[in-house]
Amino acid sequence: MIGSRDQSHQPGQPRNVSPIVPRGSISGRALVAVVAIMTFLASITTGVVLLVRASAGEWQSDIASEITIQVRPAQGRDLERDVANVAEATRAQPGILDVRPFTKAESAKLLEPWLGTGLSLDDLPVPRVIVARVTPGTALDITELRQRLRQINPNASVDDHRAWIERMRSMTGAIVLAGTGVLILVIIATIISVSFATRGAMAANRPIVEVLHFVGAQDSFIANRFLRHFLRLGLEGGLIGVVAAMLVFGFSESVAGWFSGTAVGDQFAALLGTFALPASGYLVLLAQAVLIAAITAWASRRTLFATLDDID
Amino acid sequence: MVRFENVGLRYGLGPEVLRDLTFQIPAHSFQFLTGPSGAGKTSLLRMLFLSLRPTRGLVNLFGQDVSLLNKDAIAGLRSRIGIVLQDFRLLDHMTTYENVALPFRVMGRSESSYRKEVIDLLKWVGLGERMEALPPILSSGEKQRAAIARAVIARPQLLLAGTAVIIATHDIALMDQYDARRMVLHESRLHIYE
Repeated sequence: MIGSRDQSHQPGQPRNVSPIVPRGSISGRALVAVVAIMTFLASITTGVVLLVRASAGEWQSDIASEITIQVRPAQGRDLERDVANVAEATRAQPGILDVRPFTKAESAKLLEPWLGTGLSLDDLPVPRVIVARVTPGTALDITELRQRLRQINPNASVDDHRAWIERMRSMTGAIVLAGTGVLILVIIATIISVSFATRGAMAANRPIVEVLHFVGAQDSFIANRFLRHFLRLGLEGGLIGVVAAMLVFGFSESVAGWFSGTAVGDQFAALLGTFALPASGYLVLLAQAVLIAAITAWASRRTLFATLDDID
Repeated sequence: MVRFENVGLRYGLGPEVLRDLTFQIPAHSFQFLTGPSGAGKTSLLRMLFLSLRPTRGLVNLFGQDVSLLNKDAIAGLRSRIGIVLQDFRLLDHMTTYENVALPFRVMGRSESSYRKEVIDLLKWVGLGERMEALPPILSSGEKQRAAIARAVIARPQLLLAGTAVIIATHDIALMDQYDARRMVLHESRLHIYE
Protein backbone atom coordinates (compact mmCIF):
# COMPACT_ATOMS: atom_id res chain seq x y z
CA MET A 1 0.00 0.00 0.00
CA ILE A 2 2.85 2.31 0.85
CA GLY A 3 4.59 1.40 -2.37
CA SER A 4 1.48 2.07 -4.39
CA ARG A 5 1.15 5.54 -2.90
CA ASP A 6 4.65 6.63 -3.73
CA GLN A 7 7.36 4.64 -5.42
CA SER A 8 10.26 6.86 -4.51
CA HIS A 9 10.51 6.62 -0.75
CA GLN A 10 11.65 3.72 1.36
CA PRO A 11 9.02 1.42 2.81
CA GLY A 12 8.08 2.23 6.36
CA GLN A 13 8.53 5.97 5.85
CA PRO A 14 5.13 7.62 6.11
CA ARG A 15 4.55 10.73 4.06
CA ASN A 16 1.99 13.44 3.49
CA VAL A 17 0.15 12.28 0.43
CA SER A 18 -3.48 12.88 1.28
CA PRO A 19 -4.90 16.21 0.24
CA ILE A 20 -6.21 18.11 3.26
CA VAL A 21 -9.58 18.50 1.54
CA PRO A 22 -10.32 15.22 -0.26
CA ARG A 23 -11.50 15.59 -3.81
CA GLY A 24 -14.34 13.11 -3.36
CA SER A 25 -15.87 15.25 -0.62
CA ILE A 26 -16.85 17.92 -3.12
CA SER A 27 -19.83 16.99 -5.22
CA GLY A 28 -18.13 18.20 -8.34
CA ARG A 29 -20.00 16.47 -11.11
CA ALA A 30 -23.08 18.66 -10.89
CA LEU A 31 -20.95 21.79 -10.81
CA VAL A 32 -18.91 20.67 -13.82
CA ALA A 33 -22.18 20.08 -15.69
CA VAL A 34 -23.52 23.52 -14.73
CA VAL A 35 -20.31 25.30 -15.74
CA ALA A 36 -20.17 23.27 -18.98
CA ILE A 37 -23.75 24.17 -19.89
CA MET A 38 -23.21 27.83 -19.03
CA THR A 39 -20.01 27.98 -21.04
CA PHE A 40 -21.75 26.30 -23.96
CA LEU A 41 -24.61 28.82 -23.90
CA ALA A 42 -22.21 31.72 -23.56
CA SER A 43 -20.09 30.44 -26.44
CA ILE A 44 -23.06 29.94 -28.74
CA THR A 45 -24.30 33.44 -27.92
CA THR A 46 -20.94 35.03 -28.49
CA GLY A 47 -20.42 33.03 -31.68
CA VAL A 48 -23.76 34.10 -33.15
CA VAL A 49 -23.13 37.73 -32.20
CA LEU A 50 -19.74 37.58 -33.90
CA LEU A 51 -21.27 36.03 -37.03
CA VAL A 52 -24.06 38.58 -37.27
CA ARG A 53 -21.68 41.46 -36.71
CA ALA A 54 -19.29 40.22 -39.37
CA SER A 55 -22.08 39.66 -41.93
CA ALA A 56 -23.72 42.97 -41.12
CA GLY A 57 -20.40 44.70 -41.64
CA GLU A 58 -20.17 43.08 -45.06
CA TRP A 59 -23.68 44.09 -46.11
CA GLN A 60 -23.22 47.60 -44.93
CA SER A 61 -19.99 48.15 -46.79
CA ASP A 62 -21.46 46.57 -49.95
CA ILE A 63 -24.65 48.55 -49.84
CA ALA A 64 -23.19 51.81 -48.66
CA SER A 65 -20.75 51.82 -51.53
CA GLU A 66 -23.55 51.61 -54.06
CA ILE A 67 -26.45 53.78 -55.09
CA THR A 68 -29.23 52.83 -57.46
CA ILE A 69 -30.93 55.17 -59.91
CA GLN A 70 -34.24 54.25 -61.36
CA VAL A 71 -35.41 55.70 -64.65
CA ARG A 72 -39.08 55.21 -65.37
CA PRO A 73 -40.33 55.11 -68.92
CA ALA A 74 -42.75 57.86 -69.96
CA GLN A 75 -44.96 58.44 -72.93
CA GLY A 76 -43.21 60.06 -75.83
CA ARG A 77 -39.70 59.64 -74.50
CA ASP A 78 -36.92 57.37 -75.66
CA LEU A 79 -36.01 55.27 -72.62
CA GLU A 80 -32.62 54.23 -74.03
CA ARG A 81 -31.59 57.83 -74.49
CA ASP A 82 -32.92 58.83 -71.09
CA VAL A 83 -30.86 56.11 -69.46
CA ALA A 84 -27.74 57.15 -71.33
CA ASN A 85 -28.23 60.82 -70.33
CA VAL A 86 -28.83 60.04 -66.70
CA ALA A 87 -25.83 57.70 -66.62
CA GLU A 88 -23.69 60.42 -68.16
CA ALA A 89 -24.82 63.00 -65.61
CA THR A 90 -24.20 60.61 -62.76
CA ARG A 91 -20.71 59.85 -63.98
CA ALA A 92 -19.96 63.57 -63.93
CA GLN A 93 -20.86 63.80 -60.25
CA PRO A 94 -17.74 63.94 -58.00
CA GLY A 95 -17.37 60.86 -55.76
CA ILE A 96 -18.77 58.42 -58.31
CA LEU A 97 -16.34 55.71 -59.22
CA ASP A 98 -18.22 53.74 -61.79
CA VAL A 99 -21.64 53.74 -63.43
CA ARG A 100 -23.30 50.72 -64.93
CA PRO A 101 -26.72 50.97 -66.56
CA PHE A 102 -28.54 47.65 -66.65
CA THR A 103 -29.45 46.59 -70.16
CA LYS A 104 -32.96 45.68 -71.15
CA ALA A 105 -32.12 41.96 -70.82
CA GLU A 106 -30.66 42.45 -67.36
CA SER A 107 -33.72 44.37 -66.23
CA ALA A 108 -35.88 41.55 -67.52
CA LYS A 109 -33.82 39.13 -65.49
CA LEU A 110 -34.45 41.15 -62.31
CA LEU A 111 -38.17 40.77 -62.88
CA GLU A 112 -38.03 37.11 -63.78
CA PRO A 113 -38.80 35.78 -60.30
CA TRP A 114 -42.04 37.76 -60.31
CA LEU A 115 -43.16 37.67 -63.89
CA GLY A 116 -41.65 34.45 -65.21
CA THR A 117 -39.64 33.99 -68.39
CA GLY A 118 -40.58 34.52 -72.01
CA LEU A 119 -42.04 37.93 -71.43
CA SER A 120 -41.42 40.73 -73.83
CA LEU A 121 -40.45 43.88 -71.97
CA ASP A 122 -41.50 45.97 -74.94
CA ASP A 123 -45.11 45.45 -73.84
CA LEU A 124 -44.49 46.67 -70.31
CA PRO A 125 -43.35 50.00 -68.94
CA VAL A 126 -40.45 48.52 -67.04
CA PRO A 127 -38.15 51.02 -65.35
CA ARG A 128 -34.43 50.74 -65.90
CA VAL A 129 -31.88 50.54 -63.16
CA ILE A 130 -28.49 52.24 -63.14
CA VAL A 131 -26.03 51.09 -60.49
CA ALA A 132 -23.34 53.58 -59.50
CA ARG A 133 -20.45 52.71 -57.24
CA VAL A 134 -19.30 55.37 -54.83
CA THR A 135 -15.60 55.93 -54.25
CA PRO A 136 -14.99 54.51 -50.77
CA GLY A 137 -14.28 57.14 -48.17
CA THR A 138 -15.84 60.08 -49.99
CA ALA A 139 -18.98 61.82 -48.94
CA LEU A 140 -21.29 61.84 -51.91
CA ASP A 141 -23.73 64.72 -52.04
CA ILE A 142 -26.90 62.77 -52.70
CA THR A 143 -29.18 65.81 -52.61
CA GLU A 144 -27.20 67.59 -55.25
CA LEU A 145 -27.16 64.49 -57.46
CA ARG A 146 -30.89 64.11 -57.00
CA GLN A 147 -31.56 67.72 -58.05
CA ARG A 148 -29.30 67.54 -61.05
CA LEU A 149 -30.89 64.33 -62.32
CA ARG A 150 -34.37 65.76 -61.86
CA GLN A 151 -33.45 68.65 -64.14
CA ILE A 152 -32.30 66.21 -66.81
CA ASN A 153 -35.15 63.78 -66.42
CA PRO A 154 -38.13 64.14 -64.06
CA ASN A 155 -38.66 60.39 -64.21
CA ALA A 156 -35.31 59.51 -62.60
CA SER A 157 -35.10 58.82 -58.89
CA VAL A 158 -32.12 58.11 -56.69
CA ASP A 159 -32.30 55.37 -54.09
CA ASP A 160 -29.40 55.57 -51.67
CA HIS A 161 -30.21 52.59 -49.39
CA ARG A 162 -29.69 54.73 -46.35
CA ALA A 163 -32.92 53.65 -44.73
CA TRP A 164 -31.90 50.04 -45.24
CA ILE A 165 -28.53 50.53 -43.69
CA GLU A 166 -30.12 52.29 -40.74
CA ARG A 167 -32.47 49.35 -40.24
CA MET A 168 -29.72 46.83 -40.53
CA ARG A 169 -27.57 48.75 -38.12
CA SER A 170 -30.34 48.80 -35.54
CA MET A 171 -31.00 45.10 -36.07
CA THR A 172 -27.36 44.25 -35.56
CA GLY A 173 -27.32 46.48 -32.52
CA ALA A 174 -30.35 44.66 -31.14
CA ILE A 175 -28.73 41.27 -31.67
CA VAL A 176 -25.51 42.39 -29.97
CA LEU A 177 -27.54 43.84 -27.10
CA ALA A 178 -29.57 40.63 -26.70
CA GLY A 179 -26.37 38.61 -26.79
CA THR A 180 -24.79 40.77 -24.12
CA GLY A 181 -27.92 40.34 -22.00
CA VAL A 182 -27.75 36.56 -22.34
CA LEU A 183 -24.07 36.61 -21.41
CA ILE A 184 -24.75 38.65 -18.29
CA LEU A 185 -27.52 36.26 -17.24
CA VAL A 186 -25.30 33.25 -17.86
CA ILE A 187 -22.51 34.75 -15.78
CA ILE A 188 -24.87 35.60 -12.92
CA ALA A 189 -26.34 32.08 -12.99
CA THR A 190 -22.82 30.65 -12.94
CA ILE A 191 -21.85 32.75 -9.93
CA ILE A 192 -24.96 31.68 -8.04
CA SER A 193 -24.48 27.98 -8.84
CA VAL A 194 -20.83 28.13 -7.83
CA SER A 195 -21.69 29.88 -4.57
CA PHE A 196 -24.19 27.16 -3.73
CA ALA A 197 -21.74 24.42 -4.61
CA THR A 198 -19.01 26.06 -2.52
CA ARG A 199 -21.31 26.43 0.44
CA GLY A 200 -22.30 22.77 0.09
CA ALA A 201 -18.68 21.68 -0.04
CA MET A 202 -17.84 23.79 3.01
CA ALA A 203 -20.76 22.33 4.93
CA ALA A 204 -19.72 18.80 3.99
CA ASN A 205 -16.17 19.52 5.11
CA ARG A 206 -16.98 21.52 8.21
CA PRO A 207 -15.16 19.06 10.53
CA ILE A 208 -12.02 19.51 8.47
CA VAL A 209 -12.32 23.29 8.62
CA GLU A 210 -12.76 23.15 12.38
CA VAL A 211 -9.69 20.98 12.84
CA LEU A 212 -7.68 23.27 10.60
CA HIS A 213 -8.73 26.17 12.80
CA PHE A 214 -7.64 24.16 15.87
CA VAL A 215 -4.17 23.66 14.56
CA GLY A 216 -3.79 27.35 13.82
CA ALA A 217 -4.48 27.51 10.08
CA GLN A 218 -5.21 30.94 8.68
CA ASP A 219 -8.33 31.46 6.58
CA SER A 220 -6.29 31.94 3.43
CA PHE A 221 -4.62 28.56 3.92
CA ILE A 222 -7.98 26.83 4.34
CA ALA A 223 -9.56 28.72 1.43
CA ASN A 224 -6.71 27.74 -0.87
CA ARG A 225 -7.24 24.02 -0.13
CA PHE A 226 -10.80 24.38 -1.40
CA LEU A 227 -10.05 26.82 -4.17
CA ARG A 228 -7.77 24.33 -5.86
CA HIS A 229 -10.68 21.97 -6.37
CA PHE A 230 -13.03 24.66 -7.61
CA LEU A 231 -10.56 26.11 -10.07
CA ARG A 232 -10.09 22.64 -11.49
CA LEU A 233 -13.84 22.00 -11.68
CA GLY A 234 -14.31 25.37 -13.39
CA LEU A 235 -11.64 24.67 -15.97
CA GLU A 236 -13.04 21.19 -16.62
CA GLY A 237 -16.58 22.52 -17.14
CA GLY A 238 -15.38 25.46 -19.21
CA LEU A 239 -13.37 23.20 -21.48
CA ILE A 240 -16.24 20.78 -22.04
CA GLY A 241 -18.64 23.64 -22.80
CA VAL A 242 -16.38 25.46 -25.21
CA VAL A 243 -15.34 22.32 -27.09
CA ALA A 244 -19.02 21.42 -27.53
CA ALA A 245 -19.76 24.92 -28.83
CA MET A 246 -16.81 24.80 -31.23
CA LEU A 247 -18.05 21.47 -32.56
CA VAL A 248 -21.47 23.03 -33.12
CA PHE A 249 -19.94 25.87 -35.12
CA GLY A 250 -17.68 23.47 -36.98
CA PHE A 251 -20.58 21.21 -37.89
CA SER A 252 -23.02 23.96 -38.73
CA GLU A 253 -20.63 25.05 -41.45
CA SER A 254 -21.07 21.67 -43.09
CA VAL A 255 -24.76 21.56 -42.27
CA ALA A 256 -25.20 24.96 -43.89
CA GLY A 257 -23.41 23.47 -46.89
CA TRP A 258 -25.96 20.63 -47.15
CA PHE A 259 -28.86 23.04 -46.97
CA SER A 260 -27.54 25.57 -49.44
CA GLY A 261 -30.00 26.00 -52.27
CA THR A 262 -33.03 25.40 -50.06
CA ALA A 263 -35.12 28.30 -48.84
CA VAL A 264 -34.03 27.85 -45.22
CA GLY A 265 -30.38 27.51 -46.18
CA ASP A 266 -30.46 30.63 -48.32
CA GLN A 267 -32.21 32.58 -45.59
CA PHE A 268 -29.55 31.62 -43.07
CA ALA A 269 -26.80 32.30 -45.54
CA ALA A 270 -28.21 35.77 -46.14
CA LEU A 271 -28.36 36.47 -42.41
CA LEU A 272 -25.20 34.83 -41.14
CA GLY A 273 -23.04 34.59 -44.22
CA THR A 274 -21.36 31.22 -44.62
CA PHE A 275 -21.65 30.37 -40.91
CA ALA A 276 -17.89 30.27 -40.87
CA LEU A 277 -16.53 31.51 -37.57
CA PRO A 278 -13.09 32.95 -38.23
CA ALA A 279 -10.09 31.64 -36.28
CA SER A 280 -10.15 34.75 -34.13
CA GLY A 281 -13.74 33.86 -33.20
CA TYR A 282 -12.58 30.50 -31.85
CA LEU A 283 -9.92 32.31 -29.83
CA VAL A 284 -12.57 34.61 -28.39
CA LEU A 285 -14.61 31.55 -27.34
CA LEU A 286 -11.55 29.99 -25.70
CA ALA A 287 -10.78 33.21 -23.84
CA GLN A 288 -14.39 33.31 -22.72
CA ALA A 289 -14.16 29.75 -21.33
CA VAL A 290 -11.06 30.73 -19.35
CA LEU A 291 -12.94 33.79 -18.10
CA ILE A 292 -15.83 31.62 -16.91
CA ALA A 293 -13.40 29.30 -15.11
CA ALA A 294 -11.84 32.35 -13.47
CA ILE A 295 -15.28 33.60 -12.45
CA THR A 296 -15.98 30.17 -10.95
CA ALA A 297 -12.82 30.36 -8.87
CA TRP A 298 -13.52 33.95 -7.84
CA ALA A 299 -17.12 33.22 -6.80
CA SER A 300 -15.93 30.20 -4.87
CA ARG A 301 -13.23 32.20 -3.10
CA ARG A 302 -15.68 34.92 -2.11
CA THR A 303 -18.07 32.34 -0.65
CA LEU A 304 -15.20 30.54 1.08
CA PHE A 305 -14.11 33.60 3.02
CA ALA A 306 -17.69 34.53 3.86
CA THR A 307 -18.37 31.01 5.15
CA LEU A 308 -15.07 30.76 7.04
CA ASP A 309 -16.14 33.73 9.12
CA ASP A 310 -19.13 31.71 10.32
CA ILE A 311 -17.20 28.56 11.23
CA ASP A 312 -15.08 28.68 14.34
CA MET B 1 0.88 33.68 30.40
CA VAL B 2 -2.91 33.59 30.71
CA ARG B 3 -4.69 36.36 32.56
CA PHE B 4 -8.46 36.73 33.00
CA GLU B 5 -9.84 39.86 34.63
CA ASN B 6 -13.51 40.08 35.59
CA VAL B 7 -14.43 38.01 32.59
CA GLY B 8 -18.10 37.36 31.96
CA LEU B 9 -19.69 35.34 29.22
CA ARG B 10 -23.25 35.06 28.06
CA TYR B 11 -24.77 33.47 25.00
CA GLY B 12 -27.01 35.88 23.19
CA LEU B 13 -29.39 37.55 25.62
CA GLY B 14 -29.28 34.67 28.12
CA PRO B 15 -27.93 34.84 31.65
CA GLU B 16 -24.21 34.95 32.22
CA VAL B 17 -22.85 31.42 32.18
CA LEU B 18 -19.55 32.63 33.55
CA ARG B 19 -19.25 35.57 35.92
CA ASP B 20 -16.34 37.58 37.26
CA LEU B 21 -13.61 35.16 36.35
CA THR B 22 -10.30 36.51 37.57
CA PHE B 23 -7.23 34.29 37.55
CA GLN B 24 -3.77 33.87 36.15
CA ILE B 25 -2.00 30.84 34.83
CA PRO B 26 1.76 31.22 35.07
CA ALA B 27 4.14 29.51 32.67
CA HIS B 28 5.32 25.96 33.49
CA SER B 29 2.31 25.29 35.68
CA PHE B 30 -0.34 22.63 35.67
CA GLN B 31 -3.99 23.22 36.59
CA PHE B 32 -7.07 21.14 36.99
CA LEU B 33 -10.39 22.58 35.98
CA THR B 34 -13.45 20.95 37.37
CA GLY B 35 -17.06 21.59 38.21
CA PRO B 36 -20.46 20.01 37.82
CA SER B 37 -21.91 19.34 34.44
CA GLY B 38 -23.10 22.54 32.80
CA ALA B 39 -20.94 24.76 34.99
CA GLY B 40 -19.21 26.21 31.95
CA LYS B 41 -15.97 24.22 31.72
CA THR B 42 -16.21 23.90 27.96
CA SER B 43 -17.08 27.59 27.60
CA LEU B 44 -14.00 28.52 29.61
CA LEU B 45 -11.90 26.16 27.52
CA ARG B 46 -13.24 27.72 24.34
CA MET B 47 -12.41 31.18 25.62
CA LEU B 48 -8.89 30.01 26.38
CA PHE B 49 -8.74 28.71 22.83
CA LEU B 50 -10.10 31.96 21.40
CA SER B 51 -13.08 30.34 19.74
CA LEU B 52 -15.34 32.32 22.08
CA ARG B 53 -14.87 35.93 23.00
CA PRO B 54 -15.83 37.16 26.47
CA THR B 55 -18.86 39.41 26.60
CA ARG B 56 -17.08 41.50 29.21
CA GLY B 57 -13.80 41.68 31.02
CA LEU B 58 -10.29 41.22 29.78
CA VAL B 59 -8.65 38.08 28.42
CA ASN B 60 -4.93 38.37 27.99
CA LEU B 61 -3.05 35.57 26.30
CA PHE B 62 0.73 35.55 25.92
CA GLY B 63 0.69 39.22 26.83
CA GLN B 64 -1.88 40.21 24.19
CA ASP B 65 -5.39 41.47 24.69
CA VAL B 66 -7.39 39.01 22.61
CA SER B 67 -10.23 41.44 21.91
CA LEU B 68 -7.85 43.45 19.74
CA LEU B 69 -6.79 40.57 17.51
CA ASN B 70 -7.90 39.94 13.93
CA LYS B 71 -8.55 36.46 12.54
CA ASP B 72 -5.04 35.89 11.26
CA ALA B 73 -3.49 36.96 14.56
CA ILE B 74 -5.85 34.58 16.35
CA ALA B 75 -4.69 31.80 14.04
CA GLY B 76 -1.11 32.74 14.94
CA LEU B 77 -1.86 32.52 18.68
CA ARG B 78 -3.63 29.21 18.21
CA SER B 79 -0.54 27.68 16.72
CA ARG B 80 1.04 28.29 20.14
CA ILE B 81 -1.80 26.44 21.87
CA GLY B 82 -2.38 22.71 21.70
CA ILE B 83 -5.86 21.37 22.27
CA VAL B 84 -7.22 17.88 22.82
CA LEU B 85 -10.97 17.63 22.74
CA GLN B 86 -13.02 14.79 24.06
CA ASP B 87 -14.00 13.62 20.59
CA PHE B 88 -10.36 13.90 19.42
CA ARG B 89 -11.24 15.46 16.05
CA LEU B 90 -8.89 13.43 13.93
CA LEU B 91 -9.37 13.66 10.15
CA ASP B 92 -10.57 10.28 8.95
CA HIS B 93 -9.17 10.51 5.44
CA MET B 94 -5.63 11.06 6.63
CA THR B 95 -3.22 8.58 8.16
CA THR B 96 -2.19 8.87 11.81
CA TYR B 97 1.13 10.28 10.65
CA GLU B 98 -0.56 12.92 8.49
CA ASN B 99 -2.93 13.87 11.29
CA VAL B 100 -0.09 14.41 13.73
CA ALA B 101 1.94 16.31 11.12
CA LEU B 102 -0.97 18.63 10.30
CA PRO B 103 0.13 21.57 12.50
CA PHE B 104 3.47 21.66 10.68
CA ARG B 105 1.78 21.37 7.29
CA VAL B 106 -0.47 24.29 8.13
CA MET B 107 2.61 26.35 9.05
CA GLY B 108 3.85 25.74 5.54
CA ARG B 109 6.93 23.83 6.63
CA SER B 110 8.49 21.31 4.26
CA GLU B 111 7.94 17.70 5.16
CA SER B 112 11.61 16.81 5.34
CA SER B 113 12.06 19.38 8.12
CA TYR B 114 9.67 17.64 10.48
CA ARG B 115 9.29 14.04 9.39
CA LYS B 116 11.76 12.66 11.92
CA GLU B 117 10.19 14.67 14.73
CA VAL B 118 6.71 13.33 13.96
CA ILE B 119 7.91 9.73 13.66
CA ASP B 120 9.84 9.99 16.94
CA LEU B 121 6.82 11.34 18.78
CA LEU B 122 4.53 8.69 17.32
CA LYS B 123 6.95 5.97 18.45
CA TRP B 124 7.16 7.56 21.88
CA VAL B 125 3.38 7.48 22.37
CA GLY B 126 3.33 3.88 21.14
CA LEU B 127 1.88 4.49 17.67
CA GLY B 128 5.03 3.58 15.77
CA GLU B 129 3.28 0.64 14.14
CA ARG B 130 0.11 2.60 13.37
CA MET B 131 1.54 5.53 11.43
CA GLU B 132 -0.08 4.50 8.15
CA ALA B 133 -3.40 3.55 9.75
CA LEU B 134 -6.47 5.68 9.21
CA PRO B 135 -8.23 6.92 12.40
CA PRO B 136 -11.44 4.86 11.94
CA ILE B 137 -9.50 1.66 12.57
CA LEU B 138 -7.66 2.98 15.64
CA SER B 139 -8.83 2.00 19.12
CA SER B 140 -10.09 4.86 21.24
CA GLY B 141 -6.93 4.79 23.34
CA GLU B 142 -4.87 5.05 20.16
CA LYS B 143 -7.04 7.90 18.91
CA GLN B 144 -6.53 9.74 22.17
CA ARG B 145 -2.76 9.32 21.95
CA ALA B 146 -2.79 10.49 18.34
CA ALA B 147 -4.84 13.56 19.33
CA ILE B 148 -2.43 14.35 22.17
CA ALA B 149 0.52 13.87 19.83
CA ARG B 150 -1.04 16.32 17.36
CA ALA B 151 -1.63 18.80 20.19
CA VAL B 152 1.97 18.74 21.42
CA ILE B 153 3.93 18.19 18.20
CA ALA B 154 4.51 21.88 17.53
CA ARG B 155 5.63 22.46 21.16
CA PRO B 156 2.74 24.67 22.23
CA GLN B 157 3.18 27.01 25.17
CA LEU B 158 -0.29 26.18 26.42
CA LEU B 159 -1.91 22.77 26.34
CA LEU B 160 -5.65 22.46 26.86
CA ALA B 161 -7.44 19.19 27.22
CA GLY B 162 -11.14 18.48 27.35
CA THR B 163 -13.25 16.47 29.76
CA ALA B 164 -12.64 12.87 28.74
CA VAL B 165 -8.96 13.52 28.70
CA ILE B 166 -7.02 13.43 31.90
CA ILE B 167 -6.41 17.08 32.49
CA ALA B 168 -9.82 18.60 33.08
CA THR B 169 -11.99 16.06 34.79
CA HIS B 170 -14.72 15.22 37.24
CA ASP B 171 -12.47 12.64 38.77
CA ILE B 172 -11.44 14.11 42.09
CA ALA B 173 -9.58 10.94 43.03
CA LEU B 174 -7.37 11.34 40.00
CA MET B 175 -6.80 14.97 40.84
CA ASP B 176 -5.74 13.94 44.32
CA GLN B 177 -2.88 11.97 42.86
CA TYR B 178 -1.33 15.10 41.44
CA ASP B 179 -0.21 18.12 43.31
CA ALA B 180 -1.65 20.88 41.20
CA ARG B 181 -3.82 23.90 41.59
CA ARG B 182 -7.52 23.15 41.23
CA MET B 183 -9.90 25.53 39.60
CA VAL B 184 -13.49 24.62 40.37
CA LEU B 185 -16.37 26.18 38.49
CA HIS B 186 -19.52 26.39 40.56
CA GLU B 187 -22.65 28.41 39.89
CA SER B 188 -20.91 30.39 37.15
CA ARG B 189 -18.07 31.41 39.44
CA LEU B 190 -14.56 30.13 39.71
CA HIS B 191 -13.09 28.97 42.99
CA ILE B 192 -9.40 28.36 43.16
CA TYR B 193 -7.86 25.93 45.62
CA GLU B 194 -4.13 26.14 45.90
